Amino acid sequence: MKKNQTIPDKIWHFFCSVKLTVYTLVLLATTSIFGTVILQNGMEQEYRRLYGEAFYNLIKVFNLNDMYNAWWFLSLIIILCINIVVCSIERLSITWKIIFPKQIKFNPQRFRKLKNLEIFTVNEDVKSLSGRYKTFLSKTAGKVIKEDTDSGIVLYAERGRWTRIGVYVIHSSILLLFIGALIGGLFGFKANLQLDEGETSDTAFIFKKKMSVNIGFSIKCNDFFVKFYDTGAPEEFRSTLTIIENGKESFTKDIRVNQPLRYKGINIFQSSYGTAQPDSIILDIIRLSDKEVTTKTIKVGQEIQLPEDQGLFKLEGFMPHFDFRGTNLGEAFIGKITQKDGNSFQIALPIKFPTFDKMRKGAFAFVVKEFEQKYYTGLQITKDPGIWYVYSGFILMIIGCWITFFMSHRSYFIEIKKDKDNRSIISISGTTNRNSQGMKLKIQKIVVKLKGK
Amino acid sequence: MNSSLALSSATFIYALASVFYIGSFTFKKQILAKVGFIVLIIGFLDNTLGIILRWIESYQMGYGHAPFANMYESLVFFSWTVAILYIFVELKYKERIIGVFATPLIFLAIAYASLSPDISSKISPLIPALKSNWLIAHVITCFLGYAGFAVAFGFSLMYFVKPKNSNNKSIFAKLPSWELIDELTYQMVVFGFLFLTIGIITGAVWANSAWGTYWSWDPKETWSLITWLVYAIFMHLRMMKGWHGRHLAWVSIIGFLAVMFTYFGVNYVLSGLHSYA
Ligand code: HEM
Repeated sequence: MKKNQTIPDKIWHFFCSVKLTVYTLVLLATTSIFGTVILQNGMEQEYRRLYGEAFYNLIKVFNLNDMYNAWWFLSLIIILCINIVVCSIERLSITWKIIFPKQIKFNPQRFRKLKNLEIFTVNEDVKSLSGRYKTFLSKTAGKVIKEDTDSGIVLYAERGRWTRIGVYVIHSSILLLFIGALIGGLFGFKANLQLDEGETSDTAFIFKKKMSVNIGFSIKCNDFFVKFYDTGAPEEFRSTLTIIENGKESFTKDIRVNQPLRYKGINIFQSSYGTAQPDSIILDIIRLSDKEVTTKTIKVGQEIQLPEDQGLFKLEGFMPHFDFRGTNLGEAFIGKITQKDGNSFQIALPIKFPTFDKMRKGAFAFVVKEFEQKYYTGLQITKDPGIWYVYSGFILMIIGCWITFFMSHRSYFIEIKKDKDNRSIISISGTTNRNSQGMKLKIQKIVVKLKGK
Repeated sequence: MNSSLALSSATFIYALASVFYIGSFTFKKQILAKVGFIVLIIGFLDNTLGIILRWIESYQMGYGHAPFANMYESLVFFSWTVAILYIFVELKYKERIIGVFATPLIFLAIAYASLSPDISSKISPLIPALKSNWLIAHVITCFLGYAGFAVAFGFSLMYFVKPKNSNNKSIFAKLPSWELIDELTYQMVVFGFLFLTIGIITGAVWANSAWGTYWSWDPKETWSLITWLVYAIFMHLRMMKGWHGRHLAWVSIIGFLAVMFTYFGVNYVLSGLHSYA
């Protein structure tokens, strides 16, 4: 490093070192582990319970509860990006001259000293060999340069010079990925929407930011369907959705897990489901004294008179999980009885246990006879305008890796020299920017081929 | 013939192949390695047959899915990928002795699948999230990647057993030259890296089509990224900093530990979306 550097020079130097790359990658790899062992995006109480007060403070200082969005983690990523950009700029001018040279030159002396040099003799003169070898080399590698030496000729050919660009393709793909992620983070969202069968909504809820978002059109859930294997594991979830725009039905489509609906930049995914509150139920009201049964249809929220003016019954609502003395009895309806004397109390009618209300030993027992089972569908609604940058990054990265790892810049060198018995001494060697062992094998193969003729 | 018979016999045949290779190494007899190679190929064919039969059986049971859906199936497939990769390497580089460092891995993976009490070999139906063609692409590419790293790991061990002094009389002196070990390790890492990259990418595309996010930092994803970073570090150290030999072998070993943690550790120690494989 030079002594009298200006500050910008120093910064530039800092960012164009590969040491920085390695250190940053090491830091990213090791710190990423924290996020897999420390609970992410949990509630404050959970952290206190799991880790204790002291450690919780540490977690808060370093945002370890949401560490992949923490300032220091994002800074590491930004450092990487600057590092790639600065290095590429610094290097590209040199690489460019290598990739697009004004004239291809080679140095025979260098090839004569290579480790993979193979030498053998052939009982033929230089002239007849040179024509044949030239054709051979041009088939293997492309355009051949021929030069005369004191005692014979040298042939040179190369291919794959352009593959040196591969590294730049990989590095730009990484930049593209980050750009895509940034765009997605700034202009996209990931929200949830729960729709009962028959319900319509145009507003989803973003859990992370605790705010609602209008998605630009309305979604109606016509129907939800779930199918199980005989093992009891779920086989398929399906929601039939209708998109409603400006009050008019646009179209209807089924979505399943792995088969989302994409419309106007919004993606709608099947993510969960559950039982929803039915509209109305058919209720048997049994008078315990003489077992006389009165059957009534009653809507949720409706209040009815009990037989013989014994008071009022109101169907208050539905619970997916009714807890009775610490046991979960499953889905249940909740009702309220108001007696003639004005006293009122709540009763529960669990669906799986129809005789449950008889145990109360009131004047009447209520039994849920029938109701229409309704589901709600849990939708994940996302918007990600950065996705095409990310996908282009993916494709570029694969192409770049392929070029960098499986292609190389290879040069071949064949020298034919006359010896004193008028035979020819052949020397063959080659260089490559990657996979020197492969090159060595290739040279040996060429020797076998040339000797065979 | 059914799949479990084919796969348990493959386990046995792989064990035999490892024994031949180790024998060839210990007694310095080329012929044993040649036999080992043939046995290995028979084991590989048997392994292939087992996977195909299992695929057919899953259709007969009415579940109909590719045999890459649980820990057992993934381990069997892991053996298969390591085997095919090693066979390819031996054919290409004509070095038999290195089989000592690869064949035991093939045997260990499939033996662990069959013998571990925690791993069920039952064919089970697919949950809806796994019903995707991306699953097949994702699993195949990830496991090719893991196989590359596994073989690289095996080769890295040679750095620690081969004596520095070439006149040494120990059996380890017969190992290939330093250049070749270096090259082989690097080629395997490169192969693994390309496929891990494609594996992570197909996983991301799949997640995007099933859940609407291509990356959600769940532990399995994060650990596969950590693995990817370790091998990216490996490449930079080698290409830009000129690292070679034991130092670089350590990086390859750390990388393989990360692979192992991604594969087993995340399932047994941490929890996440990927609880199946
Ligand atoms: C993860 C983020 C990455 C960063 C920050 C990064 C950064 C860098 C930097 C700064 C250099 C040196 C400057 C240059 O030659 O342009 C470099 C070189 C290199 N990188 Fe990366 N890199 C990353 C990922 C990768 C990946 C995934 C690969 C593929 C395996 C890769 C392959 C290479 C290669 C082969 C070189 C040598 C370039 C040459 O021969 O001139 N890099 N990288």
